[in-house]
Amino acid sequence: MNEAILLKDVTKRYGSLTALDKVSFSVHPGEMFGLIGPDGSGKSTIYRILATLSVPDEGEAEVCGLNTVRDYRHLRTRIGYMPEKFSLYPDLSVMENLRFFAALFGVSVRENFDLIAPIFGQLERFPNRRAGALSGGMKQKLALSCALIHRPEILLLDEPTTGVDTVSRSEFWDTLATLREKGITILVSTSYMDEANRCRRIAMINRGRILDTATPEALVASLGENLYNASATDMFRLLSELRKLPEVTDCYTFGATLHVVADKDFIPAQAEKRIRDAGLKDVRIWPAKGTIEDLFIRLTRNENS
Amino acid sequence: MSIFKSLVIKEALHIVRDRRTMVITLLMPVVLLLLFGFAISTEVNDVRIVAVVDRHNDLTRNILERLQVNEYFTFQGLTTAGEVEGLLRSGHTDAALLLRTDDGVLKSQIIIDASNTTSAQAATAYIQGVINNASSVSPVLTSTLYNPQMKSAYNFVPGILGMIFILICAIMTSVSIVREKETGTMNLLLVSPIRGSTIILGKLVPYFILSCAILAIMLLISYGVLGMPVSANIVNVILISLLYIILSLSIGLFVSTLADTQLTALIVSAVMFMLPVIMLSGMIFPIENMPRLLQYVSCIIPARWYIEAMRKLMVQQLGIDFIIQETVILISMTALLLLFSIRKFNSVK
Repeated sequence: MNEAILLKDVTKRYGSLTALDKVSFSVHPGEMFGLIGPDGSGKSTIYRILATLSVPDEGEAEVCGLNTVRDYRHLRTRIGYMPEKFSLYPDLSVMENLRFFAALFGVSVRENFDLIAPIFGQLERFPNRRAGALSGGMKQKLALSCALIHRPEILLLDEPTTGVDTVSRSEFWDTLATLREKGITILVSTSYMDEANRCRRIAMINRGRILDTATPEALVASLGENLYNASATDMFRLLSELRKLPEVTDCYTFGATLHVVADKDFIPAQAEKRIRDAGLKDVRIWPAKGTIEDLFIRLTRNENS
Repeated sequence: MSIFKSLVIKEALHIVRDRRTMVITLLMPVVLLLLFGFAISTEVNDVRIVAVVDRHNDLTRNILERLQVNEYFTFQGLTTAGEVEGLLRSGHTDAALLLRTDDGVLKSQIIIDASNTTSAQAATAYIQGVINNASSVSPVLTSTLYNPQMKSAYNFVPGILGMIFILICAIMTSVSIVREKETGTMNLLLVSPIRGSTIILGKLVPYFILSCAILAIMLLISYGVLGMPVSANIVNVILISLLYIILSLSIGLFVSTLADTQLTALIVSAVMFMLPVIMLSGMIFPIENMPRLLQYVSCIIPARWYIEAMRKLMVQQLGIDFIIQETVILISMTALLLLFSIRKFNSVK
């Protein structure tokens, strides 16, 4: 089967900094694929290469079976790219922005309006408002409409939900789901776990390297391995006591509780008892569900050690 | 709708929507031209003058009469030698003419307030002229070619045009291109199937049209209000101005490839292109008076050649064959800048 997006050992350097180090992964046609990684991990560089804005130093990338370097001109009409910042013209109105981006690709707004109609619905009430005066969620919808107006086969969304409120975020993901049902392949990057759950597969990236490609369920399961919550009345002493235990590899505050990363010899009941013996009250340790934050903390710890 | 047309319309909307810049762009040339044309001039008018005469005779009377009727002077009357210094110091007068007759020979002395050297020099020359004319020993006949009334407006019009086009074309285009880089919309233009050269042209054409409109306004004021001599040479004036507008647009493009933020673009255009135009192009300070080194520097300033050509065309009324050197230099500068900028723009990756 022809892959919708294919990266083979893509390396990109900016001076002495290696932004991408032999990155390989593939996205099947019609799939919603998530890219997860902390800031500066190289997500945007992948997008720039796929959108033909940047040329890889080594390796090659294909989108729709077209090479991003050799066939860039053909490729450009088949992808819709939405950069991290909602890049719109703030002094042009909603309709003027949409019409301009349609014209760039030589299409008319009317012929493809059916595709963006569900997204554009709310914007239709004020077609003459300047894009700069829109709220974050509205800007996002307009930017997505502009990226879709030429009916691309593949949608490249770089952190599309940053700076957008929770309601708009979840609406946005509903929209993506409908687009995917229409057969559009979507590559989306995010740093929210709830969003990653909506992808069929996700790739974790850190420091320019792909760590793993898995389904979100598998990822969460692997993150939840040997991960525990811990609480007590004196949280600070609990933290230092837990860190003394030999089976505990890491321990950090996580919201109202502590998260404990341990090896497989760790038995919660035993640990609870030992800490109670040390004089702490209300000690509780129970299994925790892994989140993306745990993953990021683990990644950064590994680097530092 | 064609891609190019929508690019131009979009850019035109940017210009029109930015009301304040729009007003400044259209008003500033007019204000500058009228300011330099009427208010700021190196002509000296109404020099207040007193005279000290020790013995009246026909000659001194003749001189005083001439001073009284001369429109450049305000004759304040006679005074004594002792009071002259006091009057000058207190600022009640600008100049004093002392006339003494020894053995029938007139000896004259001019005492002048030279706190403003330019006007003092001009006034001294006027007074000398009056004395020479009156004594009519051997009057020097001066004829001022090309600008018989010595109107300073004639001198400034080419300079102001040279400055305005740098301002509008270079600064506005560079800021507009860099703004798209800053906001990220340039990336969206670049991932679209249109060619880089189309993007650039779509950016430049609206500013070219705006500049043409400004050129029309400026020429109307120069010929209509400031009374520059009208002749068939206007065609040449327009042609060389169009060339200079294209050159300024290339400068804007060039700056936009160097700068990454709107602020840098503004500073680079202002320091690298605006200031030299004012200081070194011969617009205000004659190039011949500059130190040798600065004279060489002025050769690489496009405005210098434009202003020289414009003076020849507008003031001296010379034909196009007298500005071949300037035209060739301006064309090569444009070609060089365009070549460099387009190469740089295409190698953005």
